[in-house]
Amino acid sequence: MLLRLLWRTVILGLSVLLASIAVFAFMSVLPGDPAVVALGVNASPQALADLRTEFGTDRSAVAQYVDWSAGLVHGDFGVSYVTRAAIGPQLADRLQVTLWLVVVSMLLAVAVAVPAGIVAAVRHRRLDGAVVTGVSQLGVAVPSFVAGILLVDVFAVRLGWFPSGGWVPPAQDPAAFVGHLVLPVLSLGLVQAAVLTRYVRSAVLDVLREDYVRTARAKGLSPTRALLRHGLRNAAIPVITVLGLQIATLLISAVVVERVFVIPGLGSLLLDGVANRDLLLVQGVVMVLVLAVLLVNYVVDVLHVVVDPRLRRAT
Amino acid sequence: MSASAALTRRTRSRRGWDPAALVGAVLVSIVVVAALVSFVWTPYDPTLVGAGPRLAGPDTSHLLGTDRLGRDVFSQLLVGARTTVFVGVVAVGIAAAVGVPLGMVAGMGPRWLGQSVLRFNDVLLAFPALLLAVMFGAVYGASTLTAMIAIGIATVPSFARLTWSGTRQVLTTDYAMAARLAGRGPLSIALRHVLPNVSGLLLVQASVGFAIAVLAEAGLSYLGFGTAPPTPSWGRMLQEAAEVASVAPLLSVWPAAAIAVAVLGFNLLGDGLRDRFDPRLERRS
Amino acid sequence: MTAAASTPAAPVVSAALRIRGLRVTAGPLELISGVDLDLAPGERVGLIGESGSGKTLTALALLGLLPEGVHSQGEVRLHGGANLIDLPERAWAQVRGPGLAMVFQEPMSALNPTMRVGRQVEEALLLHDSGTRRVGDGGRAAAQSRTLELLSDVRLPDPAEIARAYPHQLSGGQRQRVMLAIALANDPQVLLCDEPTTGLDVTVQAQLLDLIVSGAAQRGSSLLFITHDLAVLATVCSRVLVMYGGRVVETGPVSAVLRTPHHRYTAGLLDSSDLDRFRDRARLPTIPGSVPAAGEFPDGCVFRTRCAAATEACHTEPPWTGTQQHGYACWHPLDPAGSGDEGSTP
Repeated sequence: MLLRLLWRTVILGLSVLLASIAVFAFMSVLPGDPAVVALGVNASPQALADLRTEFGTDRSAVAQYVDWSAGLVHGDFGVSYVTRAAIGPQLADRLQVTLWLVVVSMLLAVAVAVPAGIVAAVRHRRLDGAVVTGVSQLGVAVPSFVAGILLVDVFAVRLGWFPSGGWVPPAQDPAAFVGHLVLPVLSLGLVQAAVLTRYVRSAVLDVLREDYVRTARAKGLSPTRALLRHGLRNAAIPVITVLGLQIATLLISAVVVERVFVIPGLGSLLLDGVANRDLLLVQGVVMVLVLAVLLVNYVVDVLHVVVDPRLRRAT
Repeated sequence: MSASAALTRRTRSRRGWDPAALVGAVLVSIVVVAALVSFVWTPYDPTLVGAGPRLAGPDTSHLLGTDRLGRDVFSQLLVGARTTVFVGVVAVGIAAAVGVPLGMVAGMGPRWLGQSVLRFNDVLLAFPALLLAVMFGAVYGASTLTAMIAIGIATVPSFARLTWSGTRQVLTTDYAMAARLAGRGPLSIALRHVLPNVSGLLLVQASVGFAIAVLAEAGLSYLGFGTAPPTPSWGRMLQEAAEVASVAPLLSVWPAAAIAVAVLGFNLLGDGLRDRFDPRLERRS
Repeated sequence: MTAAASTPAAPVVSAALRIRGLRVTAGPLELISGVDLDLAPGERVGLIGESGSGKTLTALALLGLLPEGVHSQGEVRLHGGANLIDLPERAWAQVRGPGLAMVFQEPMSALNPTMRVGRQVEEALLLHDSGTRRVGDGGRAAAQSRTLELLSDVRLPDPAEIARAYPHQLSGGQRQRVMLAIALANDPQVLLCDEPTTGLDVTVQAQLLDLIVSGAAQRGSSLLFITHDLAVLATVCSRVLVMYGGRVVETGPVSAVLRTPHHRYTAGLLDSSDLDRFRDRARLPTIPGSVPAAGEFPDGCVFRTRCAAATEACHTEPPWTGTQQHGYACWHPLDPAGSGDEGSTP
């Protein structure tokens, strides 16, 4: 088990290394000189040269990469070529906002999808089970940002129950914080709940057909207790994989949903960076998102080993 | 249990296509027909500003009303279907063209090669379509092309992994062994035995990939990283509609419904195909 | 079941298990029809037939664990208790375990892969208080020590270590012993075994059969043993039911049926496992054709499509010849005089 954990950690390290090289290489193929972009075409050669030295862009690509990646380890993402502000603190700031969205949405999705999926599976031949399945099928077809637009239409513009957008940090005004969180979290969480419901349903259906659930029934367990005691842990194995993928999807969906609700998260930072041609900033945001996805995959792997004893022996 | 398993199999084959899959096929056909029709006929030029009064509601002259520039919404929706189908076809094409050979090489080659391809896959999985498209857009400028390529690349891992596992399975079968012993080369085995056996699952993946492409394209166009104006696309229609939501709430409903129809169609079709082709027969009924 | 024993219709109390007219259907398909059986306390009866003839389905019907969409009718009673066929789900919990227990065919998939083996045995004990009642009051701890006893009863070496293991860490034979320990945990009145030794080494098979027989004997449990192996049948059982197409086509004492089969299907089964012929390097005879899919058996005699002796008469269902303990259903029986009945060919 320890060996497997160690191996996965090595893989994680290699993946992060590979991803950082990819991101850096891709963002540096851009034609054009950040110093020229910053100072304009009419700047004096001396000023440009000075700025290049300041940015470090006069050095070789390898040296720049080594510098940048070494900084990453300490959370130093460099200084923006456009605003001249340090990128790291901005990322940390915006990441908090995005994490609120993602984590609360994920909790909502799980809270809805696990019971809904179980009902859909256990009662799949009855009307209520079919209705749950149908609703989840429809929910999957609606992108989060579309759900967001429609929710704003109804609950913000027409009914005025919630603000149509914006962000209030929790420390500043908890009530307003929650109010601003409701619609974005609903649009992210409910759509993911629909996706997750389908997977929970199919995992539970598979498990219900397993011989060991029948064995449990043969011992005298009721159908419900047989499912709870013997089914759920086994059904959790495929669902955990999906959960990992979903967190990645949520991070990315949040980019668009932040735009819908004008929320100052990582997504807005990324899009602003692109709009201002602030490439080092874009590079930083992309790296944080990719890192988050890789970390989630790693945690999923470890969780698998915890849940499934069959994996503990294998390397 | 053998009797009841045989029973499940028989009732399934007798039933033929599952009604949900039929609904999916119908929805997909609607989208494709709309896209085809848009080449020869639309009620108005979808880009014609002032084809009618601004923000008009649905009536006989404008089936779904007009947008804030007086453009006909129904015409835009039809041409938007064209964009959607086009992006989907190219993206899934790229993903299959890269992913399938990659998966086969990984499955048939030595173990280290297979493992490296899988690891590479995992890293690529960390770059979702939307993120790739934004990166492409930042460097090359956003267009339909960058969106298609980004979505295609992001879908490569799912095709590669599926082909890999399918290839591994086929290679353990007796007929593949026999072909090997008979001295057939890897390419011949790949084309004669592996490809025909994984094609069903690949078709499923293509259908699901199409749905993902539609979702990604809509999101990108909404953000302005997809199809550039004036070419209509459902995602940008949504973005434009959101700005006038307080006066014309219906405007965002049409493209939203169109996206949902396309995604639902491809998902249902994919499920139906999976029931047909998945070797694990006892799936959801 | 004891509560319901006062039912006015309660019949012959002597049978541990009484089955009358058991029918299993899936929609329009009839999978099992008209199975009758009386199982005396401590009696060991075998159920044989090719795969697809309805043996497992019969066992699942007795346990009330038929797959979805499959339903049963008829009469199944334990010691003259309530009819299990229309037992409400809540009452079943008391029957499964102490009344009826089952050793399933596939020990790998029949054990929960994510739960330690010991806890799976313990669970069976705790559900019915068998662990606590026996060892006195102590709840879980009592169940734990009783679990170790059960595991050592089935001759598992180092029960404490086995109890801590997960199913995938055990061998096939060990897993099946664990299954047996679970089935025996509540001293069942009737133990159902569904090809428990399939896929095991011959030596392991013999040990396991021995454990099943002695385990059932110690508890006075009746045994309904499903197999397609005639050698196993002869070792374990005293009486046999031959099943084909969801019907019992012949029944009788094992020795009599194996020596002088009456039904053509039984004869075919015996011929195709006649090892003497194999030793003489002769071709082993087989029953022509294969078992039809569920619900596609012919009307009349279910075996007529594969039977060399079939005639027009076989298009109508053959009547039962002989007694409920020893008889057959065939229009053209072999050696009809052997049973001493009037089963002549029309």
